[in-house]
Amino acid sequence: MTIQPKIDTSPKVADEIRKTTCYMCACRCGINVHMRDGKVKYIEGNRDHPVNRGVLCAKGSAGIMQHYAPSRLRAPMKRVGERGSGEFEEISWDEAFDLAAEWLAPVRETAPERLAFFTGRDQSQSLTSWWAQQFGTPNYAAHGGFCSVNMAAAGIYTLGGAFWEFGSPDWEQTEMFMIFGVAEDHDSNPIKMGLGRLKERGAKVVGVNPVRTGYNAIADEWVGITPGTDGLFIIALIHELLKAGKVDLPYLMRTTNAPVLVGEDGLFLRDDDGKELVWDLNSNSTQPFDAAGLKPALHGEHRIAGQTVRPVFHLLAEKYLDDSNAAEHVAERCGLKPETIKRLAAELADCAFNKEITINREWTDFRGVTHKTITGRPVSFHAMRGISAHSNGFQTCRALHVLQLLLGSVEVPGGFRFKPPYPKPVAAHPRPHHTVTPGKPLDGPHLGYPRGPEDLALNPDGTAKRIDKAYTWENPMSAHGMMHMVISNAHAGDPYPVDVLFMYMANMSWNSSMNTRGVMDMLTDKDESGAYKIPKIIYSDAYSSEMVAFADLILPDTTYLERHDCISLLDRPISEQDAMADSIRWPVVEPDRDVRGFQTALIQLGVKLGLPGMVDADGKAIYTDYADYITNHQRRPGVGPLAGFRGEDGQGKGRGAPNPNQIQAYIDNGGFWMDHVPEDAQYNRPSNVAYQDWAVERGIYDAPQPYIFQLYVEPMAKFRLAAQGKGEQQPPEHLRERLIATMDPLPVWYQPFEEQGVDLDEYPLHALTQRPAAMYHSWGSQNAWLRQIHGHNPLYVSTDIWIEHGFAEGDWADLTSHHGTITVPVVRMDALNARTVWTWNAIGKRKGAWALDRDAPETTKGFLLNHLIHELLPPKGDGLRWSNSDPITGQAAWYDLRVKIKKAAPGTQTKPEIPAQKSPVGRGPDSLAYGKEWTK
Amino acid sequence: MTTLPTATQKKLGLVIDLDTCVGCHACVISCKEWNTGSYGAPLSDQDPYGADPVGTFLNRVHTFEVKAENTPAQVVHFPKSCLHCEDAPCVTVCPTGASYKREEDGIVLVNESDCIGCGLCAWACPYGAREMDQAEGVMKKCTLCVDRIYNENIPIEDQVPSCVRTCPAGARHFGDLADPTSGVFKLVEERGGMDLMPEQGTKPVNKYLPPRPKTDTAPELDVLGPLLAESTDGAGGFFGWLDRTLEKL
Repeated sequence: MTIQPKIDTSPKVADEIRKTTCYMCACRCGINVHMRDGKVKYIEGNRDHPVNRGVLCAKGSAGIMQHYAPSRLRAPMKRVGERGSGEFEEISWDEAFDLAAEWLAPVRETAPERLAFFTGRDQSQSLTSWWAQQFGTPNYAAHGGFCSVNMAAAGIYTLGGAFWEFGSPDWEQTEMFMIFGVAEDHDSNPIKMGLGRLKERGAKVVGVNPVRTGYNAIADEWVGITPGTDGLFIIALIHELLKAGKVDLPYLMRTTNAPVLVGEDGLFLRDDDGKELVWDLNSNSTQPFDAAGLKPALHGEHRIAGQTVRPVFHLLAEKYLDDSNAAEHVAERCGLKPETIKRLAAELADCAFNKEITINREWTDFRGVTHKTITGRPVSFHAMRGISAHSNGFQTCRALHVLQLLLGSVEVPGGFRFKPPYPKPVAAHPRPHHTVTPGKPLDGPHLGYPRGPEDLALNPDGTAKRIDKAYTWENPMSAHGMMHMVISNAHAGDPYPVDVLFMYMANMSWNSSMNTRGVMDMLTDKDESGAYKIPKIIYSDAYSSEMVAFADLILPDTTYLERHDCISLLDRPISEQDAMADSIRWPVVEPDRDVRGFQTALIQLGVKLGLPGMVDADGKAIYTDYADYITNHQRRPGVGPLAGFRGEDGQGKGRGAPNPNQIQAYIDNGGFWMDHVPEDAQYNRPSNVAYQDWAVERGIYDAPQPYIFQLYVEPMAKFRLAAQGKGEQQPPEHLRERLIATMDPLPVWYQPFEEQGVDLDEYPLHALTQRPAAMYHSWGSQNAWLRQIHGHNPLYVSTDIWIEHGFAEGDWADLTSHHGTITVPVVRMDALNARTVWTWNAIGKRKGAWALDRDAPETTKGFLLNHLIHELLPPKGDGLRWSNSDPITGQAAWYDLRVKIKKAAPGTQTKPEIPAQKSPVGRGPDSLAYGKEWTK
Repeated sequence: MTTLPTATQKKLGLVIDLDTCVGCHACVISCKEWNTGSYGAPLSDQDPYGADPVGTFLNRVHTFEVKAENTPAQVVHFPKSCLHCEDAPCVTVCPTGASYKREEDGIVLVNESDCIGCGLCAWACPYGAREMDQAEGVMKKCTLCVDRIYNENIPIEDQVPSCVRTCPAGARHFGDLADPTSGVFKLVEERGGMDLMPEQGTKPVNKYLPPRPKTDTAPELDVLGPLLAESTDGAGGFFGWLDRTLEKL
């Protein structure tokens, strides 16, 4: 018998635990940062936190390596070499602000639109948009345009909110959950936790994705759909459900615009107060939709005011019952069997209607009707970029929401439920604002939800007011702007040139742009006089990313553990279904470099420029830094960035005067604040009086905003009507046909644009990216631990393609699109749609970036699919630049890509090989033994 | 040659649910960050920012594709760490007594001060669950977070291995597999928990819960056929059905 050594099983763990919010991705989990000897020893999830309830993903746990990454920028920098070279000299913050103000002040005084200010994956859009508004430029947006605006906008227009931050499945009660497309990167821990609960309860999980990885691996059923056909599949499900009579009629009548009458012009019939009318079968007359005691008709024609009108549901039924939508007719195109589509429709119906949930709880709707019970339909869905990043994405996302509504499963037990401040109808959102006055603020918030052509950002001559051409006839409902078009348009001077391009935390010269090589050329391109075509570029980042090399002035940001932040209800909050919640970050570690949180730097720059709201009458700073702003800024009287601990007594919820001790109160409370939704306000919230009243009390809005879900979206009918030649604002001729085809107020499917424009015999394959759960965009590669999991990214090739091309292990291939060729290593994969190839997103790196060695596998074997994707569609011969985007929202159509593949000679370096950038931070150490001082 | 205890008072171990694991690597990194600053030598990384980054990990996730004839391919994520075997060949092979199995709870540990870095244990382990730390030259392996599970400086609910505490999908369970009343014991019974490579005769304490049968590998069933058969095609077509249905409401 060996004698066991005595070991210390109760060693000291930490000097102190500081609770803040993670930022290793956008999910905003609560974290307990264990401090030892002034260093970060261990990071775990915060058990009390509403988002992650204690768990933490690989990225979150690797936060130590991010915080101490050698790639961190150290001080403000001024470019000294050629753009793109990465040659800089460090300067002081005073010099940096002087330089920025020297460039920006004249722009503001003469032509504020010549500043384009776009931010990336930041979580301070409430501040950055306000800053841009005070500056007066119309050219502001965050990264939503190249991310998932289709999902977000379709959600707002249809339901009053979409997935993720807006709402989520009722994990505790749902019986069938269908998840579409790549979703591993958004709401990542909550979805994993939810899937775990579903598995525990024996609920069915269906994964719809061309690629079976991550969540699809554990799905009970995998639907390996052909990319870009999700809309067809969903509409076929709708067809089968309608044909079988498996739709929730009472729900549709009560909570949606199914009974609202539509005229021949496609617009709603309204009374003198502007209220939508329905046909009441009790009185045989039109009545406002919200009147009590109606028996609204769901079909039938009436002649009213000289035109034939029909209920929305009548139009909907006729449209989707058409045989062309039957499973048999779409299955092949979707890469599926018709039986599978039919069975899935039957399973959805079985869950929704045979497993109905009844909760005995009284609630009153906005018609004044009190209901004794709440009915639940335990089917739920989730989707994000997968169905969103196509040129037919908006309509596909809409189709999914219509399916949810037909099943009666939105805002009910077992279904999809919102998180405060959602649901929020279009009416509660601003319209877009874009009126510029030199030296003055913009006339209102930039980004909003257009109600019709009158909200477009167009000059009288029809040219775009915004540099990204958001809110134009090319993409009228571009609610998040179009960041992916900014550099291309600024370079082309179309619609006009800019003087200063100012960006934050968006790797636009690399993985966040289409046509990466082209973008690098645009950023470095010079005019005849030798001046850069984009004259000045200011960029803020915490790390030595690829974009840093292209800036003239760098404002170095802190890491997420060194900064103040607010995860605000004015922006993208962390609420849960039954609670409103927000949270903060605070400096749990003080920076050891000459860096400032970008938001603080932005406020200080605003002060230097004398922007209204940032300086008082004497020109003195109103806010010293971001923490000061978070505490004291009021967007409306009593409503500020943080909703918790307001008022002098710190008891205010949602409303109350600024509380000087608010941030400390958040810290004392674990970094967040949460307030539960009253029990009678938890379901059917768009029509629930108790919820509406509570929302007003909490400052979510200032008056109740009851509404009905929009199966039929009238603003789309207005754009379509204009395209048909009606009304004052008219689209250019070349866009009429496309607007009529795509602006259908009921969801439609159409072939993705790239497919329409290229020879499909020549480019027979689809190419996609997926998001690894252990990486977030480009950030993960600088992380010593995470890059050991995903250090390079082969191209995964389906077995069919593998055999067809005679590939063998270790082979490389040329992958070619209409725009270019990349040469990459290939790997066979069976669990993949037969006509699809894919790779992980954003693993490939430029040599010299991220403090990696120049021979790092990310640069030699890693690659970007971006080189194959152009920001414009293939030329149509009409001389016009057609954006590779959704025609409704302008969302970048990343996943429309079509390619061909060919065996290549085995290589050691992926192509194109981009010349190295010089690292302004040197390179990382040769070895690590993190935590050695605490081991024994 | 080192001896194993004839019996242990407890059999602490992990039960890993392959039906739930999404392969997110949360456990891999949480393990690394806890253990690099805890029991024994740190978990070093060589060339961490270079061409060939290689570090010591006590837990890794492997991914396999499984394809049977005429059914869709499946993907299985397979987390793997030391299984704390009852008949642990890594212990008996150890020439210095550095590798040992604890009598009180069955945890297999390495006493690093006695480890000479010969690597015999790693050769003996049929699972490849041990890794030699390149910086310190000592053998590293899963300790079941022996410095967490009894640690009085940690709240009682957190006295579990770091990988278990962090797992977002709840696919990892920790407990005493010798105790028929424990949650892990019951899970193994209910779900048919399996030994990894039982033919090796190592009697692993850790168990794996197999993935449940997928519905997409079953033939197309028509059990729900009647649901869709209730057609709206009758008199008056869909709108006729609509009227009749609304009358009944």
